[in-house]
Amino acid sequence: MNTEILGIIIVFVLTVALAIPLGKYIARVYRGEKTITDVIFNPIEKILFRFCGINPAEEMGWKQHLKVLLTINFVWFLLSMFVLMCQGWLPLNPDNNPGMTADLAFNTAISFVVNCNLQHYSGETGLSYFGQLFLMFLQFVSAATGLAAAAILFNALKERTTEKLGNFYVYFLKSLTRILLPLSIIVATLLAFNGTPMTFEGKQKMVTLQGESVDVSTGTVAAFTAIKHIGTNGGGFFGANSAHPLENPNYFTNMVELAAQMIVPFAMIFALGFYLNRKKLSLMIFGVMTVGFLLLAVPTVMAEMNANPALTRMGIDTSMGATEGKEVRFGAAASGFWSIATTVISTGSVNSMHDSAMPISGLMQLLAMMVNCFYGGCGVGLLNFYIFIILSVFISGLMVGRTPEFLGKKIEAREMKIAMVIALLHTLLILSGTALSTALPELGASTLNNPGFHGFSEILYEFTSSSANNGSGYEGLGDNNPWWNITTGVVLLLSRFLPIIGPIAIAGILASKKHVPESAGTLKTDTSTFGLMVFAVIFIIAALSFFPALALGPIAEYFSLA
Amino acid sequence: MKTQNKSLFQKELVLEALKQSVIKLNPKSLIKNPIMFTVEIGTAVMLAVCIWILTGEQSQGSFAYNFVIFIVLLFTLLFANFAEAIAEARGKAQADSLRKTREETPAKKIEPVGEIYLDEVIVVPSSTLVKGDVFLCEEGDIIPTDGEIIEGIATIDESAITGESAPVIRESGGDKSSVTGGTKVLSDRIKVRVTTEPGESFLDKMIALVEGASRQKTPNEIALTILLAGFTLIFIIVCVTLKPFADFSKAPITIAAFIALFVCLIPTTIGGLLSAIGIAGMDRALRANVITKSGKAVETAGDIDVLLLDKTGTITIGNRKATHFYPADGVDEKTFIEAAVISSLLDETPEGKSIIELAGVDPKFRAKDSVFIKFTAETRSSGADVAGRRIRKGASDSIKNLVEKAGNPFPKMIQDKVAEVAGNGGTPLVVSENEKVLGVIELQDIIKTGIQERFERLRKMGVKTVMVTGDNPLTARFIAEKAGVDDFIAEAKPEDKMNYIKEEQMRGKLVAMMGDGTNDAPALAQADVGVAMNSGTQAAKEAGNMVDLDNDPTKLIEIVEIGKQLLMTRGTLTTFSIANDVAKYFAIIPALFITAIPALQGLNIMNLHSPESAILSAVIFNAVVIPFLIPLALKGVAYKPIGASALLRRNLLIYGLGGVIVPFIGIKLIDVVVALFI
Repeated sequence: MNTEILGIIIVFVLTVALAIPLGKYIARVYRGEKTITDVIFNPIEKILFRFCGINPAEEMGWKQHLKVLLTINFVWFLLSMFVLMCQGWLPLNPDNNPGMTADLAFNTAISFVVNCNLQHYSGETGLSYFGQLFLMFLQFVSAATGLAAAAILFNALKERTTEKLGNFYVYFLKSLTRILLPLSIIVATLLAFNGTPMTFEGKQKMVTLQGESVDVSTGTVAAFTAIKHIGTNGGGFFGANSAHPLENPNYFTNMVELAAQMIVPFAMIFALGFYLNRKKLSLMIFGVMTVGFLLLAVPTVMAEMNANPALTRMGIDTSMGATEGKEVRFGAAASGFWSIATTVISTGSVNSMHDSAMPISGLMQLLAMMVNCFYGGCGVGLLNFYIFIILSVFISGLMVGRTPEFLGKKIEAREMKIAMVIALLHTLLILSGTALSTALPELGASTLNNPGFHGFSEILYEFTSSSANNGSGYEGLGDNNPWWNITTGVVLLLSRFLPIIGPIAIAGILASKKHVPESAGTLKTDTSTFGLMVFAVIFIIAALSFFPALALGPIAEYFSLA
Repeated sequence: MKTQNKSLFQKELVLEALKQSVIKLNPKSLIKNPIMFTVEIGTAVMLAVCIWILTGEQSQGSFAYNFVIFIVLLFTLLFANFAEAIAEARGKAQADSLRKTREETPAKKIEPVGEIYLDEVIVVPSSTLVKGDVFLCEEGDIIPTDGEIIEGIATIDESAITGESAPVIRESGGDKSSVTGGTKVLSDRIKVRVTTEPGESFLDKMIALVEGASRQKTPNEIALTILLAGFTLIFIIVCVTLKPFADFSKAPITIAAFIALFVCLIPTTIGGLLSAIGIAGMDRALRANVITKSGKAVETAGDIDVLLLDKTGTITIGNRKATHFYPADGVDEKTFIEAAVISSLLDETPEGKSIIELAGVDPKFRAKDSVFIKFTAETRSSGADVAGRRIRKGASDSIKNLVEKAGNPFPKMIQDKVAEVAGNGGTPLVVSENEKVLGVIELQDIIKTGIQERFERLRKMGVKTVMVTGDNPLTARFIAEKAGVDDFIAEAKPEDKMNYIKEEQMRGKLVAMMGDGTNDAPALAQADVGVAMNSGTQAAKEAGNMVDLDNDPTKLIEIVEIGKQLLMTRGTLTTFSIANDVAKYFAIIPALFITAIPALQGLNIMNLHSPESAILSAVIFNAVVIPFLIPLALKGVAYKPIGASALLRRNLLIYGLGGVIVPFIGIKLIDVVVALFI
């Protein structure tokens, strides 16, 4: 078999194999059972809780959970605005990079707090090391927020009737200490040993083969890159993200980074099964997500390996596949695969330029973010999927003549209202943002590098990436100006917190309802039939509503090229 | 009522519905259905566009094309209105025939006069009767309103309500004291106290329900409306934002195309049929001769987990019957049977009668000078004293007691036989003469034929059946196993039913039960679905949320199926409606952009004739699919008890996959026809 394809298959299979035991471990962490990390972290956590005056045994209702979650995030947002705007005179700034403008700081602070990392700046010139360190910290915080929210969901899905859903601070802190920190240390070590820099020194002087002298930016790259993937954040240390040779030096690091971004979302799905003791439910979810993922990844890899037909027609050798915008050390297959992995899982880190990808790949990348729940970001992927489960349960419950119920809880008008608003939100934000930018050409369209269908795709991609909290860019878009900074900032905020609030609210309301035990007439939700139903609902809601927009962008481009 | 209205579309009903579907175009009434209301706005816009073109506008395409779109949209509305109207008309037709029976019924009201309460009878119209009034009914009278018999006994023809021609007996006191307005007294004379206020009798409730006047949206219907409103909103966003997208891509879209896209995408099929499905559900209940107090009760019936059934009359036919005579060793069979007959000749209990029946003796035969010994709780036996013969029959331990007291043995053979009969679910009766055992009579419950299949069907639906009986646990277990019920309550007292229901409900189960007596009322009220027999007491009927006019205890099975059908019809048509969008997208999207972006011809996978024909075909398909589905909406999707997952698979295949494929074929066919005219 083609070694390029074999490479991505091995990474995928290995990641799944590692994610299962990790999921078991995560379930134990959230259940508060004994784990191997107790020896190190138990005393530290105890001191932290005592110092902060938090009683970890105190359980919270869903509203209280959300209050704490939003407050924590708001405090970090304010602090990061301050750091980014004042980094010029704050310590750890060997390259003397200036502070950010208010609108860029607003956009950057939001995008890091919401686990998106839409970067309208380049790390080399836009940030001091203090700024980088602070953003690295935010990558931990935002990932932990998502994981803790998923932990609330886990707790709420248990078979009983309750208002009390555990303690947010415990979930949050344990996500940081027990999951993100150990995994990041492992990945950072692997990267550092493969040549990724890890230093506080400023730019290094280097003489090139031509004899020219250049300044090479370095920094705390290994640590930053590790959490960027483990936390599915995607914010690169350098502007070129993981295409940069110091951020992703070789094929091995490429595969490590690929596995690192997939492993926590995978593990969370398995953790759900272990936590609830419903392994079949996990399998159903993982199955639906994997089928969806493959349907996006396979055409992309094929399109990238087959190269541009226009070039082939000109008689140019395209045996390497479509190489524009790609790193030769990764190749077409791994780059295409990464582009889907990073868009399906809201990472948004890139190892090739998506702007240069084939139209089919662009279509798949867009669809991946429009669906936004095949694996999805740290914790939040499951929350998004939960909304689709609720909708599917409702429709299929009706189809078998029974009032719909999920895991023993009846789904009624109030939950449907919330689920529908959340399902609507993504479509609304992407389409209305894109509509505004196309309707106001002096603000939106004028910043485009490309005219026509591709230009339209660039705008669509920017808003899709923001609304999916993905953070990757089609680039080719002059996006550091007030219009893009503010509009995408607002989209980021809404599309981050409402899709956390909604599912938690539904789960909280359902948890307080009477538990109905399963009977012979209950529709099983852990079967392939139900999986098919969920897939159909996702396809209809998430994919069909974007069909007209996609037809004017990548689909039109595809047909024009063929 | 069962026999009439066999055809779905009777001429006069259709005419009435046609009239109503135009009246229902009034925006005030249409706004209750948000989906169809948005279609009406679209239709109005198209009318404006047509007028605009007539004033000389060139950019919107030909007048004929725009006008046809307008007409098709108008028909989409009319079809949806027609669906609702025909469902209502069918209900109304039934209500009207009911109403006829009670209009201007004269009532013989009894007025207490003076201090000595000499009753005076005055004839008043039935509508003036109020709760607490007493009226008199004699042979040939139509009972003016619902009430309870306080004096007398009568045979009553209830066919006007139940369709059952055999007369029934109603008498004061006990569980069969209630009479229904509209029924006819065939013999005798009764005094009845009015139990309902005017306008609240069963007939009134029934009429109001089937006419849809008091129909409220059920919680499930509300949740579905939210889902559909959500879909409508998504497609509003899709269509509104398409305008700047298209302008940016320099592919301007006409107003007609916009509205066509929007109307095709929103779930008009289910939106147009939703209320018809609800009305038809209650109508189906009524056709099964069940009056529901609300639509919600029908829906809840579909969710039932546990079903409580009385053994007698439901699972077994009436009472137990004698099936065998087993004489003791050394006793002549003839002697034994003769003794058994003598002891039962004056015994009026059904068991006693069945012994005579089994012996083949003329029931009018009477032994000379026989003195009947009544059953008492103390002796727990009955019998007769005839010419010095003291014949007794009773439960084995009471006879054993009697025999052994007199110093006679109680044979082991009899003891074994008694145990054998009891083990087979029968009831053994031991007969003795002059304190000597003669033999054992076996009484058996006769299980209704076909009941096992019905329970099997319920089990497949996921409903647990529970038999309630006064029998001892041994007998109860045997019958339960034989009939195929899942559980039983033996030696049941009225409060046992109540406790069982409460216990199941504590575990989150929904419980249905059927009952007729006053002592059933609390349990009927406690159950999630309580079905009272029409022959039952007023208290039972008030407590339950459904009344079965046929007094058929197995009716609950049908009710459960009707409830499930109602939900399923909604679910499958929703799926079908939304699945249709795939094909409609492939028809309309290329049509919108093909002129400006020829490359998008690649999306025209149906190879439709032209942009105009594609858009027209899509809207026409969208409109005609509604009348095609009206029969399904009214009849309901067939329910098959094959397990939830299998059912989902089946319905997904038919209505999901079918919903994707059918419009591809339909739109293509319509396009072929439309292309002939363009």
